[in-house]
Amino acid sequence: MSGDATALRLDDVRKSFGAVRALAGVSLAIARGERLGLVGHNGAGKSTLMHVLAGVLRPDTGTIATEGGAVADYGTAVAGRLGVRCVFQELSLCPNLTVAENVRVPHPSLRGWGWRRRAARLILDRLDTIFAGHGIDPGETVADLALGRRQMVEIARAFTVTDTPLRLVILDEPTSSLDATAAEQLLNFLRHANQHGVATVFISHILPEVLAAAERVVVMREGLVVLDRPARELTRRAIVQSMGAEDEHPGAHGAGAGKVRSGRADRATQPPAVLARSGGGTDLVAKKGDIVGLAGLAGHGQSTMLLRVFDAWGRKDPSTVVESPVALVPGDRQSDGVFPLWSISRNISIRSLATLRRGGLIDPARERTLAATWRERIGIRTPDMDNGILSLSGGNQQKALFARALASDAGIILMDDPMRGVDISTKSEVYRFIRAESERGRTFLWYSTEMEELFHCDRVYVFHENRIVAHLPRAEMTEAAILRASYAEAEEVA
Amino acid sequence: MSAVILPAAARRSGRIDPVRLLRALLPALALALMLGVIFSQQPRAMSYVGLTLLLNLSIPVILATLAQLCVITVNDLDLSVGSFVGLCACIAATLLKDTPLLGVVALAAAIAAYALVGALIQWRDLPSIVVTLGLSFIWTGIAVLILPTPGGRAPEYLTAIMKWKPDFVPLPILYAVALALILHWVMRSSFGTMLRGAGGNPKAMGNAGWSLLRARVTLYLMAGGLGALSGLALVGLTTSGDANMALRYTLMSIAGVILGGGEFTGGRVNPIGAVLGAMTLTLAGSFLTFMHIPPDWQIGAQGAILIIVLALRAVLNRAEERS
Repeated sequence: MSGDATALRLDDVRKSFGAVRALAGVSLAIARGERLGLVGHNGAGKSTLMHVLAGVLRPDTGTIATEGGAVADYGTAVAGRLGVRCVFQELSLCPNLTVAENVRVPHPSLRGWGWRRRAARLILDRLDTIFAGHGIDPGETVADLALGRRQMVEIARAFTVTDTPLRLVILDEPTSSLDATAAEQLLNFLRHANQHGVATVFISHILPEVLAAAERVVVMREGLVVLDRPARELTRRAIVQSMGAEDEHPGAHGAGAGKVRSGRADRATQPPAVLARSGGGTDLVAKKGDIVGLAGLAGHGQSTMLLRVFDAWGRKDPSTVVESPVALVPGDRQSDGVFPLWSISRNISIRSLATLRRGGLIDPARERTLAATWRERIGIRTPDMDNGILSLSGGNQQKALFARALASDAGIILMDDPMRGVDISTKSEVYRFIRAESERGRTFLWYSTEMEELFHCDRVYVFHENRIVAHLPRAEMTEAAILRASYAEAEEVA
Repeated sequence: MSAVILPAAARRSGRIDPVRLLRALLPALALALMLGVIFSQQPRAMSYVGLTLLLNLSIPVILATLAQLCVITVNDLDLSVGSFVGLCACIAATLLKDTPLLGVVALAAAIAAYALVGALIQWRDLPSIVVTLGLSFIWTGIAVLILPTPGGRAPEYLTAIMKWKPDFVPLPILYAVALALILHWVMRSSFGTMLRGAGGNPKAMGNAGWSLLRARVTLYLMAGGLGALSGLALVGLTTSGDANMALRYTLMSIAGVILGGGEFTGGRVNPIGAVLGAMTLTLAGSFLTFMHIPPDWQIGAQGAILIIVLALRAVLNRAEERS
């Protein structure tokens, strides 16, 4: 309400993860009672910024200050004491505790006789205020609640107050698992929350929601604030435009751009190597030798599509036709990529064991040859392929995973955002390699959250809420067009 | 017995859900069924003396099971609890009897070592199974050093505590109820709730500013204390010690926690159920004797009982998911 009192101020905050610069000097002041909307495309640095605000991540440089000056050693405990709360995207309730018991997690002062009853009253009061008619019993175990209700509890809990007054509540995609009514109730509540001097930061990909909930909108791009303006001066279109560059000429981007691809004409008549029908919407079609990009905001169905194609090989499924063996290059190396205890060569040969067999056993000589070939071809930097895979740097581990897929008999390579956290030089090596392999007739389905990468593709399908909302051939591919489609703006604006 | 359990079980769910209620009552029903069969075969067991004899040995098992429950609360598993109970029993039968002060110091050191192990597991992010498996050999080794051959003598007061005959209620039942209620209260208190939270969603607890190290150390400290009590109770009953006397307790305690409605992960534990589970497992031996099952088959039959109860719980879980 009083515009001059600061709730929290960031000055030139920087944060890097290895080679990836997540925050490249962000300065941001949030006034008391201000409603701030924060938007940005995948990897723009929103999540990092919010984790810094919550005290979970410590910035490499830069200061965090309140009206009383810079706060030293800003961490989760300090953030809690200052009255900064967070509703994280991944739910942060304890599923084994009841709703009331979960209220104690951010309120250490809830103790002594009758704490459970007091906690129940606190959360019920907030739930009733925000989500009237919620039907949640504070004595119920969280694991027994449906996802939407858990999200309600999580949001309501962030607004409960015991001994420290609330200063700032950060909501990361709070409406993602709420139904339309509850989402509307939340937006309504947020418009009134500031009357008590509580500032809110609202992070969402749903732009109309941001414009409704926020009075000031901040747009982030590549770890920087690129737009900071009152919401009433903004339109959805202006926000989307600020996220990407201006409308440049189609195909001006990227390495393979402008090059005339050989065999382009006769490819049109070929039968598709991959065909995923969508029943009503746009079908996904990939021909032999195609590099097809899957774009859109993270988690809008791209990985699901890859898995669908992966599962369809060898099955008679009329909705998904796959004409050749499939191999997947995973993005999350640690959880579904490497076998951490195995050597590099084993990690590569695992997809091709059928061809390495002799008399029912794996022929070590052939395995070695295979590993040596791929070490040469894809340039894995190691003194010995028998070393453990974890002896490699992240980028080289990813190369080994590419080698695993490419060494196989697969004609279709699925890539699930495989370049996450990979350094630039490795990336450009792999891009060249993908191009070369596609010339040999391999098909690539490439999900990427990095805008630049998509311009290495022949064409791009943009996903929104598990549907393909746009098909952009090379000639129509621009950053702005992809962004517009990602935010489901294509229909109205184009 | 089940009169004590019912209100707690009913409180677990806001509305009365028959499936959930049945699942909560499963440990109590298993115990009641077993007692029912024993009583029908041997009506004289249904007496003060009969129940005392039947359930006497369940007290150390209950204590060991509750120790295991503390460790399982933070998603760990303690494979050393049996040998630890044996060590404490050996200390009680020798040092505590001959040089009480040294005995108390030795027990305190053993419990402190438990807390230290908890800190180590948290600090270095070690798999608890590996650490405690290694530790189990250390405990047994020390126990053998203290008491190379079975023997020693229990201090008189321990024997007195375990042989005490209260009016009306048989001693094991009195102890079981007291232990169940104390642990139930601890785990439901504002303090215990945060300990369970550390098992349910450690990341969120850390983000909210709670120390996971403190939670794990506290729970291991509780486990060590309960394990030591288990050793003392065991020596009080048997009046002499042996390094290998409680090795079975490790697996029994795990089975007891699971039988009582606990889960291996996610901080889902139920102290009352665990006490019932421990009693059920101790009774299983006598139950099979009363059923005239030859001793050769008893271990297999004990396993079968466990499988049946756990299968029933799995069925109930699935029924709940479907509804």
